[in-house]
Amino acid sequence: MADLISDKTIEYVGILAKLELTGQEKEQAKKDMGRMLDYIEIMNRLDTKNIEPMTHVFPLRNVFREDVVANSDESEKMLENAPECQNNMFAVPRTFEA
Amino acid sequence: MDISGYTAIELGKAMKEGKATVQEAVEAVFAQIEKTEGLYNCFVTLEKEKALIRGARVQKKIESGELSGPLAGVPFAVKDNICTRGIRTTCSSKMLENFVPVFSADAVLRLESAGAVIIGKTNMDEFAMGSTTETSYFGPTRNPWSLEHVPGGSSGGSAAAVALGECFAALGSDTGGSIRQPASYCGVVGMKPTYGTVSRWGLIAYGSSLDQIGPLTKDVADCAAVLEAIAGHDPKDSTSMERENTDFSSALGEDVRGMRIGIPRDYLGEGLDPAVRKAVLEAARVLEKKGAVLEEFDLSLVEYAIPAYYTIAAAEASSNLERFDGVKYGYRAKEAGELHQMYKQTRTQGFGAEVKRRIMLGSFVLSSGYYDAYYLKALKVKKLIKKAFDSAFAKYDLILGPVAPTTAPKLGESLSDPIKMYLGDIYTIAVNLAGLPAISLPCGHDHKGLPIGLQIIGNCFQEKTLLRAAYAYEQTLKQEEQTYGKTI
Repeated sequence: MADLISDKTIEYVGILAKLELTGQEKEQAKKDMGRMLDYIEIMNRLDTKNIEPMTHVFPLRNVFREDVVANSDESEKMLENAPECQNNMFAVPRTFEA
Repeated sequence: MDISGYTAIELGKAMKEGKATVQEAVEAVFAQIEKTEGLYNCFVTLEKEKALIRGARVQKKIESGELSGPLAGVPFAVKDNICTRGIRTTCSSKMLENFVPVFSADAVLRLESAGAVIIGKTNMDEFAMGSTTETSYFGPTRNPWSLEHVPGGSSGGSAAAVALGECFAALGSDTGGSIRQPASYCGVVGMKPTYGTVSRWGLIAYGSSLDQIGPLTKDVADCAAVLEAIAGHDPKDSTSMERENTDFSSALGEDVRGMRIGIPRDYLGEGLDPAVRKAVLEAARVLEKKGAVLEEFDLSLVEYAIPAYYTIAAAEASSNLERFDGVKYGYRAKEAGELHQMYKQTRTQGFGAEVKRRIMLGSFVLSSGYYDAYYLKALKVKKLIKKAFDSAFAKYDLILGPVAPTTAPKLGESLSDPIKMYLGDIYTIAVNLAGLPAISLPCGHDHKGLPIGLQIIGNCFQEKTLLRAAYAYEQTLKQEEQTYGKTI
């Protein structure tokens, strides 16, 4: 089962997870994830036919509230946590060529 | 008695009676911190000045009678994944090393309005992912009973701080045992409430469907008082429940006559340290002598809880931790040229190994082609586990067993084999999957002198039954200690 995790899979998971792994880290991740998936497979011994998947332990319905502003404007304080900001906005590296 | 030996409630009472001041209480914990913190590393951030300023305000309110609750003036610590306005909140990660929240978690606000005083933020496994507090970016915390051993995790800093007297009570969070297991390893009381009892607003999410904030305290009465203070409906957490029976302290009493307690045979089998088994069964007999009715039974499905948990928790973590991308807060990689590169480098440099491992596993089990086989399968297993507990609670008021298979492992022995470490969560994890309340309390020591924890699990919303049994056991133990001297 561990061979499920090919180089291509690790490459793909890296893209989904937005992580950049070195060659050695990829090998380690392949090993770790392979072992973990082998272990998780225990679940297949259990017959779950006709069992509804349970996302939440209580039967919660959608919880709505009025769409009104309840908090005060703290944008300045929030921007203090930003790695970079400019003109009261979050600044990020260039996304397209000028 | 020196106030540092007081429980939170005893301290609160002394302050109300004018026998101690909030300033003295804050000074007392910082004197202790001065003595022990260098060795044990329970805190990521300490805030003595802020605590003294706030303490002075609380002192006035105690004197004027405006604050009269049991926790008024009590110095407490907060796990570092729970947001505190104006106090750095790091999740013990390089990713959030300099993050200062602009708001406080609902649980923190509630404790503060009860008059409790925050003294600092406690160390933890990075983003609460771990069972030893060794994955912290700020170095491991050490076990108060033995410097060579781990305090457990992920709320290891909170548990060790309470055990060392570096605070009178602390908040932790429990996704798969992260309050109960460190409480057990450190010899303190820890409780995970029914899912939805305490608002998750301001708790930096790991596995949202499993996470609950809860108390770590010196005894059961303190646990009930802290839980009572932090419980309550919060419109800002859509999974927060509207429930009425949250006057938990009123449940404390020693009458357990007729209480039906089930002991799962599956929790006493292979892998359980004989010393832990012996202590837990002796604790059960204490409750039996007081009139509880004990019975062993087969809970079933126990071996499926860990695989289901790690699938679900990793899936939710991969989604929850997507937000750490170097844009709005936290670490940003310096050298990245363009946006996508910046995301990737930031996350690669900002997260530690265990966090990356779980994000990758989570991304995989949610990815197209594997979603049904892993994630959906785990949700179905979760349903079956919930059903197994439902049938157990049709017969029993409470379930009793160990918290962990062993006492605290040595530092450096756990991280090299993640699956072995995950197996240590076998008795705590199903409780989170089923949303149940459970408490961990000390029930003895092994031959190394390390504490052993007793776990009592209740049905949803039955915290009061749970607390009553825990209190009855603890009182018997205290009386025996008074009669025969401290034997454990």
